[in-house]
Amino acid sequence: MTRRLLAFLLLLPLPLAAQDRPVDEGIRIGISYNPGVRPTLLVLPQAGLDSARAILARDLDYSDRFEVVSVPTGSSPAGPAVNYRQYRVYGAQYGVDVVRGAAPGSARVRLHDLAQGKVLNEQEAALPDPSAAGFRMAVHRLSDEVVRWVTGTPGYAASRLAFVGSDGRLWRVDADGAGLTAVTAAGERILSPVWAPDGRRIAYTRFREGTGVVLVHDLLTGARAAVPGTATGLAFAAAFSPDGRTVAFARADEDGGTDLHSADVAANCCVRRLTVGRFADNLSPTFAPDGRRLAFVSTRAGPPQIYAMSADGTDQELLAPFNFGVDGPSNGPEWSPDGASVAFHRDIDRAPQIFLLDVAARRNRQLTSAGRNEDPTWAPDGRHLAFVSDRSGRRQMWIVDVETGRVRQLHTPAAVRLPAWSRRLVAGTP
Amino acid sequence: MRRFAFLLAAAVAAGACSQSQPEVAPAPAPATVDSAAIRAREDSIRAAQADAERRAREEAERLRREAEAARARLTADMAAMIHFDYDQSTIRAEDQAVLDRKAAILAANPAVRVRISGHADERGSDEYNLALGNRRAAAAKRYLAGRGVTEARMDIVSYGEERPVAAGQDEGAWAQNRRAEFEITAGGADLRAPN
Repeated sequence: MTRRLLAFLLLLPLPLAAQDRPVDEGIRIGISYNPGVRPTLLVLPQAGLDSARAILARDLDYSDRFEVVSVPTGSSPAGPAVNYRQYRVYGAQYGVDVVRGAAPGSARVRLHDLAQGKVLNEQEAALPDPSAAGFRMAVHRLSDEVVRWVTGTPGYAASRLAFVGSDGRLWRVDADGAGLTAVTAAGERILSPVWAPDGRRIAYTRFREGTGVVLVHDLLTGARAAVPGTATGLAFAAAFSPDGRTVAFARADEDGGTDLHSADVAANCCVRRLTVGRFADNLSPTFAPDGRRLAFVSTRAGPPQIYAMSADGTDQELLAPFNFGVDGPSNGPEWSPDGASVAFHRDIDRAPQIFLLDVAARRNRQLTSAGRNEDPTWAPDGRHLAFVSDRSGRRQMWIVDVETGRVRQLHTPAAVRLPAWSRRLVAGTP
Repeated sequence: MRRFAFLLAAAVAAGACSQSQPEVAPAPAPATVDSAAIRAREDSIRAAQADAERRAREEAERLRREAEAARARLTADMAAMIHFDYDQSTIRAEDQAVLDRKAAILAANPAVRVRISGHADERGSDEYNLALGNRRAAAAKRYLAGRGVTEARMDIVSYGEERPVAAGQDEGAWAQNRRAEFEITAGGADLRAPN
C-alpha cells in the first residue's frame, strides 16, 4: 500500500502543493516544456480567423492535455505552407493552426508534427461567420478533434453547463464561459437540472409552494412535458438513462419517506418504484454509462451515503466506503462517462468537499479542501469536473482536472447552484 | 228600539265615569318654574344615559377585543412553529406542548384543515434537504395524529432549504430555519377555543 502510494505520488505530473489552486486567467504565454509531463503545443499564427484561433488556443489550454503556447500573431505571415524550421526554437512537439477551407464558409484545422515537419491530421468543417450563433461551437468541435488526434479521447469544449441562478431560473453557459443564456422564464424556481444524452433536452424540477414536478424541456421547441408520476406532490433529482428513454427521480411520500422511481419518457408511461425506504430516504440517482446500474444517496445507515443498485431496483449495495460515525454525510453522486468513477461530495468538518470513488477498487480520493465545494458534475471527457465552490466569496462554478488537480473558475455574474454538464454537443444541437 | 238601548247603555257608562273622577290638584303657576333647574336635571339625565351608553360600548368593545385576542391566540397557537436539531426530524420535548395546543384546537374545530411544511437550514445538499424537510413535516403530522387529529385533515409539503426565515450563516440563523410551519387551509374563519 505504501509503495503503491509512493509510486502514485511519483506519477503525479504536478507537485501536490500545486493542486486545487487557480491558474492565471486566459492563456499562458511562454515556454514551460516539461519533458515527460505534457506535450507542448504551439498555436501557430495565421492571417485571418483570429477569433477562431483564440478560441482554439483557449480550448486546448482548458483541455489540460498540453502546455499551450500561442505564437504571437504577426510574427509569421504564414500561408498554407508552414515554415517548420522557425518553430524549432520552441522545442514543441505539436503545432496546430486554422486555415480557410477549400469550400466557402469552411475552415481547416491542422495538427503538425513540428519536429518531423509534417501534417499529422487535418479536418475541414463548415465554419459560420464569427457573428453567427453557431460559430463558437463549430470551433469548439474542431478543438475537441485536435485533442482526440493527440490523446485518443476528444476534448470537452463543445459542451455546455446548465445551472440554477440566484434568481431561481435555469441558465446555460458554454464550457468556456461564453454564451450565458436563460432557459426558463423569470418567476419560476428551478432545481436539479440534468441534460438528456442528446443535448437537446434538459430535465429539471419546477418547485412551487412545497411541491415539485419533473419537467423535460425541449430546448429546440421550448415545449415542456411532465415526467409520468411527478405531476403531484414533491418529485425531484431527475437522472436520464444513457439511452435517453428513462428518467429516474426521487419522490417524497405522505409518510415522510423519499424513494426512487423511474418512468419511460419516450412512451410516456410505466412508472416504477425502485426503492422501498420505510425508515430511510433514497434520492439523487445517477446512471452508470451502461445504463444497468444506478448510484444514489440513502440514509439507511443513518447519515446520507452513496449506494448502488441495478436499474430495476434489485441488488442494492453500499458503493462509496465510509467509516461509521467518523465520515460526514455524502451527497450529490454523478457517475463518470467512462464508468470508472463516481464523483460526490462529503462533509469534512461540516463543509462539503469533492470526492472521487474508484468504482473497481472501492477507494475514495478527496479532490478539494479550500472552502465549501459541492455538487460535482462530469465533463464529457470524463477527466474534468465542474462543482460549486464559495472559495472566491460567493458560489461560483469551478472546473478541476482530476488528473492534475488544476482548477479554474467559470465566471458567471451571479451566484450559482446545482450545475449539470452536458455530453458533447453535435452539430445542429440547439 | 235596538238603537235606543245602545244609547242608554252609553249614557250609563258615561255617568259611571264621571262619578269616579278624582279631586283635581291646583296646577302650579307656570310663572314659578325654575327653567335652569329643569335644564340641569335634563342634562344630568342625558349625562347618565350617555355614561351608561359609553360603559356599554366600552364593555362591548372590551368583549370584542377579548374575543379578538382569544381568536388571535388560537390563530397564533395554530401557526406556532416547531424547531429541530441539526439533521434531525425528532419532535423536541419543548415542542410537544406547542403541538398539544394545536391538537386541542383542531379537536374543537373539526372543519379546520392544516398544511404542515418542513424546512431545513442551508447545510446539507439541496436535494437531501427536500427529503429532510418532508420527514420533519411528517413527524409533526404523526405526532398530531397520535393526539387524535385525523390524518386526512393534514397535508405535508417540504421546502427544503428554499425558504429560510433567517438570513445569515451561523448557528443562530440555521436553528431558526430548521423548522416546521403550520398553515390553516380551510375552516379557520372563526376558530372556537377548546374546552
